[in-house]
Amino acid sequence: MKKIPIIIRREYLSRVKKRSFIVMTILGPLLMAAMMIVPMYIAKMSDDVKTIAIVDESGIFYNKFPNTENIKFKYLNIDIAVAKNKFDSSGNYAILYLPEEFISKPSTAVLFSDKQPNITVKSYLENTLKKEVESIKLASSGIDKDVLTSIETNLSINTIKLKGKGIEEKSYTEVSTFLGLFAGIMIYMFIFMFGTQVLRGVIEEKTSRIIEVIVSSVKPFQLMMGKIIGIALVGLTQFLLWIILTFGIVTIAQSAMPNSFKSNKSDKILIGNSNSKIMTKDQAQLLTKDDQYKNEGMHELIESISSINFGLMIGMFFFYFLFGYLLYAALFAAVGSAVDSEADTQQFMLPITIPLIFAIIMSQFVINNPEGPVAFWLSIIPLTSPIIMMIRIPFGVPVIDIVLSFALLILGFLFCTWFAAKIYRTGILMYGKKSSYKELWKWITYKS
Amino acid sequence: MDIFQAVNVTKRFANHTALDRVSISVPPQSIFGLLGPNGAGKTTLIRIINQITGPDEGELFFNGEKLKPAHVEVIGYLPEERGLYKKMKVGEQALYLAQLKGLSKKDALKKLKYWFEKFEIQAWWDRKVEELSKGMQQKVQFIVTILHNPKLLIFDEPFSGFDPINVNLLRDEILNLRENGATIIFSTHNMASVEELCDHITLINKAKNILNGSVKEIRKRFKTDTYEFELENFAGDLKTIMDGKFQLIDEKQDEQLTRVKIKTNEGASQNELIQAILPFAQIQSFHEVIPSMNDIFISQVEGDIEKK
Repeated sequence: MKKIPIIIRREYLSRVKKRSFIVMTILGPLLMAAMMIVPMYIAKMSDDVKTIAIVDESGIFYNKFPNTENIKFKYLNIDIAVAKNKFDSSGNYAILYLPEEFISKPSTAVLFSDKQPNITVKSYLENTLKKEVESIKLASSGIDKDVLTSIETNLSINTIKLKGKGIEEKSYTEVSTFLGLFAGIMIYMFIFMFGTQVLRGVIEEKTSRIIEVIVSSVKPFQLMMGKIIGIALVGLTQFLLWIILTFGIVTIAQSAMPNSFKSNKSDKILIGNSNSKIMTKDQAQLLTKDDQYKNEGMHELIESISSINFGLMIGMFFFYFLFGYLLYAALFAAVGSAVDSEADTQQFMLPITIPLIFAIIMSQFVINNPEGPVAFWLSIIPLTSPIIMMIRIPFGVPVIDIVLSFALLILGFLFCTWFAAKIYRTGILMYGKKSSYKELWKWITYKS
Repeated sequence: MDIFQAVNVTKRFANHTALDRVSISVPPQSIFGLLGPNGAGKTTLIRIINQITGPDEGELFFNGEKLKPAHVEVIGYLPEERGLYKKMKVGEQALYLAQLKGLSKKDALKKLKYWFEKFEIQAWWDRKVEELSKGMQQKVQFIVTILHNPKLLIFDEPFSGFDPINVNLLRDEILNLRENGATIIFSTHNMASVEELCDHITLINKAKNILNGSVKEIRKRFKTDTYEFELENFAGDLKTIMDGKFQLIDEKQDEQLTRVKIKTNEGASQNELIQAILPFAQIQSFHEVIPSMNDIFISQVEGDIEKK
């Protein structure tokens, strides 16, 4: 067993010294930053101003729709049929038709457009109309508008987790969602990235025939484990360097342009979050137009970020990355041993990729109900637990679930490695044969 | 005592038996030829000796001890299908493979320096393997195989891929290794090199040993009492000489020389044959025709087929 460290050392150094590793390590954090900033930038740019024509038969809503940055309103005093006819030449984005009986029958409002109106426009219109109709109704039932404004309350519920023993903790659903998904996708990417490196390494040894020399010095199992562990260390090194570099970039950027950075940041959460948030932003701008809201948003962001147990998150991430990778890496190694070139891997890759892709598909489901039975089972089963558990962690997971998930993942890793080693030790010495699943099964049953 | 012994080794795969009660015995400080047609089971046996796979039945002994994992450090193996990490530097790679055989880094470096100088490839230490010619790679691989001073060496087609100059270099090294106490198991299809190098052989065909013994003894065993003469000024009729005691196999005229191959039948000696020929010609040369390993190989393997 003293030879495994020698193998680990080679596998590690030969990869870390590669130019591609160094490039990826430097580019990674930059790409990551670009991945977040570019779509936001594009989203901002592509929001051209949309003009919406309003045909209001009652005339009550004249000038009641406040223009926003992206939506302008035009009030037409013509018949709806005429307006519809003229629509093509008008250049308007949509026509909002409010018939005479709209106040009494709110469901009669119609939005005409030549395309599917986007959700932001639609919900903006609905919200404004709802407010107007409500205020009219309130006024008609004798309530003073000033009283109404004083009653109007801007409210969002603070969610607080009861953690037993009287400890309470404020929770932030949006931030948890983002963090959970981010961590889950990172795990998915890492398992694939480094699993593929294991696969390639095995195929390289097989096609170059060096395998025959090596297995006359060490047991195939030692070689397989040395390779898997060596590449795991490469992964951890890269991850660590990314954290340090990202931290460095953020620090430099902050000290270089402290002001623009801060306001950018508060914009980020407003845009990055769900539709309702965008609405509140727009409304806030319209209704109050002061900086108070922005400050509040900033404050909330800081508070929510500080509420996250980063130590726990990073610790969990390391564990699930390491063992998730170890479990899959053994399977990748087995696949690599069974083929002669990378092009032949496809037929055996399916059983490996399916659970990983399944976990990513189910992540939306898990976020909606992080305590539900689907989330529970998927975060316990070793093939999906590294991804799904990372998604659940920011929402708070009972200790018993974590312990169970840990134990099963470690057991799963041991089983997969044992199983893969059996395929591996036979596969690496089979050249020029096309293997089938049936063949693999035979290899498992061979005596060593 | 023999340095290596395999006793009744059997190895089965799903669809066929690769080795069927094969036994070999390798005397120390000798070159042992492991022969057989393609697919006979040689590679499987070599892998079993290297403990890459285990036998289903049978036992293996190294120096009288049961073969165990620690023995890999006293065995060196040069496989037929050889290769190195293409992207790795030559020196680094040689060092790595030597360490896997149990050498310390310091020892390995010292020995590598010696061998790289001897083979005149020091300049390649920092080059990547993919930049080397095939012959160059083979040299590196050979060095790596013998670096840890193994007591038992297994060479599978060691000369393939070498030019004649390097073949000589390599052959001399192999003989040197035997001189210095190593035992060599040598697998090849080149029967000329078997005659030249091997002390003992075993012939495996269809998973079974069909022939064992020393090369000299085997060639004697297969001799057919045939003699070849080179005769000058032959003035007689061979038919009259062949009086039941002898049998003419071949006759060739080469200018003044007449070459004849004659087989002596049961009970006749070569002296009688010489006496019978002497009156009619001047004998330039006379020798017994000993079958080549090539002939023996072919006759044995084909005979084996005919038997079945």
